[in-house]
Amino acid sequence: MLWLLFFLITAISAELCQPGGKNAFKVRLSIKTALGDKAYVWDTNEEYLFRAMVAFSMRKVPNREATELSHVLLCNVTQRVSFWFVVTDPTSNHTLPAAEVQSAIRMNRNRINNAFLLNDQTLEFLKIPTTLAPPTDPSVPVWIITFGVVFCIVTIAVILLIVSGVRQRRRKNKGPSEVDDSEDKCENAITIENGIPCDSLDTKGGHINEVFLMEDERLTPL
Amino acid sequence: MASSRGPPTPWAGAGAGDGRPAWGSRLQYLLSCVGFAVGLGNIWRFPYLCQAYGGGAFLLPYAVALALEGIPLFHMELAIGQRLRRGSVGVWTAISPYLGGVGLGCFSVSVLVSLYYNMVLAWVLWYLLNSFQHPLPWSSCPASHNRTGLLAECVGSGPVSFFWFRRTLNISSDMGASGAVQWPLLGCLAASWGVVYLCVSRGIESTGKAIYFTALFPYLVLTVFLVRGLTLPGAADGLAYLFTPDVRVLGSPRVWLDAATQIFFSLSLALGGHIAYASYNPPRNDCEKDAVTIALVNSLTSLYAAVAVFSVLGFKATTDQENCLDRNIILMVNAFELPDQSIPREDYALVLNHLNVTWPERVAQLPLETCLLRDFLHKGASGTGLAFIAFAEALLHMPGAPGWAVLFFGMLFSLGLTSMFGNMESVITPLLDMGVLPRRVPKEALTGLACLTCFLLASCFTLQSGSYWLELFDRYAASINLLVFALLEVLGVAYVYGLDRFCEDVAWMTGRRPGLYWRLSWRLVSPLLLLLVLGASVLLLVCSPPGYHAWDPQYERFPERRERLYPGWVQAVCVLLSFLPALWVPAVALAQLLRRRTGG
Repeated sequence: MLWLLFFLITAISAELCQPGGKNAFKVRLSIKTALGDKAYVWDTNEEYLFRAMVAFSMRKVPNREATELSHVLLCNVTQRVSFWFVVTDPTSNHTLPAAEVQSAIRMNRNRINNAFLLNDQTLEFLKIPTTLAPPTDPSVPVWIITFGVVFCIVTIAVILLIVSGVRQRRRKNKGPSEVDDSEDKCENAITIENGIPCDSLDTKGGHINEVFLMEDERLTPL
Repeated sequence: MASSRGPPTPWAGAGAGDGRPAWGSRLQYLLSCVGFAVGLGNIWRFPYLCQAYGGGAFLLPYAVALALEGIPLFHMELAIGQRLRRGSVGVWTAISPYLGGVGLGCFSVSVLVSLYYNMVLAWVLWYLLNSFQHPLPWSSCPASHNRTGLLAECVGSGPVSFFWFRRTLNISSDMGASGAVQWPLLGCLAASWGVVYLCVSRGIESTGKAIYFTALFPYLVLTVFLVRGLTLPGAADGLAYLFTPDVRVLGSPRVWLDAATQIFFSLSLALGGHIAYASYNPPRNDCEKDAVTIALVNSLTSLYAAVAVFSVLGFKATTDQENCLDRNIILMVNAFELPDQSIPREDYALVLNHLNVTWPERVAQLPLETCLLRDFLHKGASGTGLAFIAFAEALLHMPGAPGWAVLFFGMLFSLGLTSMFGNMESVITPLLDMGVLPRRVPKEALTGLACLTCFLLASCFTLQSGSYWLELFDRYAASINLLVFALLEVLGVAYVYGLDRFCEDVAWMTGRRPGLYWRLSWRLVSPLLLLLVLGASVLLLVCSPPGYHAWDPQYERFPERRERLYPGWVQAVCVLLSFLPALWVPAVALAQLLRRRTGG
């Protein structure tokens, strides 16, 4: 008799939890991808924890506070670590509607992820979309700040340049005449073009020594 | 004066007494010329050509073009600038009044180039400003309007392309639809013109100081990228792909044509900038040594940049291939319920074969991609596609991405800035020589006016269709005109000015007479080569369909770009751009002829 009951129950559970069933959800875990060396092995104890987390999520839904561990059924566990689960209704022998289960899971997704040390990408509920994190828009875009800095520096530098140019021009107009300077330059050019180093003939001081005039005449004119 | 062939003049304070500004030191002059020649094209055009034309084999046509066309023309420009001590307009008017149009034409092309070149700098500045954040803004797609998923356009094209086409350019899908001005880009354009004005305002006095940083910084960054790039996984594949010679390409004339055009535009010949720079030299300066040095430095920089760029692109291709394999592995693992992480990447092919044998139908249903490294390496990009899409994506995979992004875009900005100095010099020196404004007007005012005018004209590139216009300018404004001017230049010097007279001048300046190589190149080889290249370029331009690639999210094959033809009025603009500057030459020659007739 007991065996018959056992078979009946397993048969019913098998019937309720079918891959691709009406209110069944497929779950896929990528433990090695998430944890690398610290990966744990997926065994029946982990399955127990999973059923507990699903029952916990369902208990948070109003009207479903009576959900027990035995109401969550797992089937078709593969090596990938993927399986299907359903949540059964204790009063009737049907599965709970998918929408309810989906909303319950979504509300507690973070807790479920953390229980398994996984995240939204490594613990996938295949028909339940993840809630994207809200975009973190800073109040002022970063590029405006750097642009403001650059623009201010350029503007200040341009103003400084113009002001210094104006001041230089004013000083040049007030200074000694430029005629002496160009004469010196010409003299330097002539002496250098002849290929003779003329360090001794330093006429930059503006004084013409009679003695050196003789040396100038010795140089052949061009 | 011709008899005294003394040694070259010492540099310090040696003006010729004609009041022309002079370089502070020889290093400033060399760095300015190198900076003008080394530009964005060395980074994003040469590596692409190298890879597209059989890798190491491309270096042969490149070297031949350098020796027969690049160096002789470059030496000639430096020599006449240094000898005649005027900008491009003054030089050609001095050689022959009938050739004055060449100088005016060079001036017009320089103005056109300055307009769009600084827009590219504005794009680089925008990316630079956006690199100061982690994670970089082009690393992920933004959420859609109702926050249920990611933006559809971004998911289709990838976040990097989305950031370039939508967030930066906000590009329109049609050239006719100009759209609105993009204020962030306009701001960046204003900032880059501000920086250019800052450095160019006092002519070579101010550029000479800025050049120490802007010309040397790119080399520093290239070295850093080279060292980092060579240590990245997959760099060797990228370099092998770049340099493996495929000698069969040497048979196709297209390769030789592209090598010749690349050398020509890489050295920035016929724009008048080098003539202007050389005109500030002391009269006795070894321009032959300068020409050879600068041309070789330019080519070596291209090679150096190619190695750095391709080691990073090899890393990117390897990463892309690994991601492709990972996606395929996940598909297989999920479909066949195999244990997680059970297929390492190396065993992928074996496992695929095994599964294909056992369950072919199920494997056929999976959307597996082919992940060949060669395909990823072959996605060769050049121009803005290389810098803002391919390289920007490669930067995302490097640890410490914002720092590398700042370095890279800072380097691009420096490179473009030094080229802009040369461009502005070739615009401003002729203006000063022609005496457009009275002498009492300070030079800063003239420069400021020129920069302001260029900024206002270039603001039309900040419209939504601006990048299409920029590509148009890039393709049509400079290509034919500069070749025409270069041909007229070399013919003018060799035959109108007289090759013997020119050789004597060079001998007076450098202290030795130009050898047979120079004389043969100037008289025969370079004009012939230029004529060939000009003819081939005209043919190519005429035969290629005048169209553009539009970014259209509504296109069925999005993210591929839709090929569109230019509207009629735009085609008219293309034609005008292609030969209007060259019309200066016959116009001025005619005016001169009429003046002689009526005057004499």
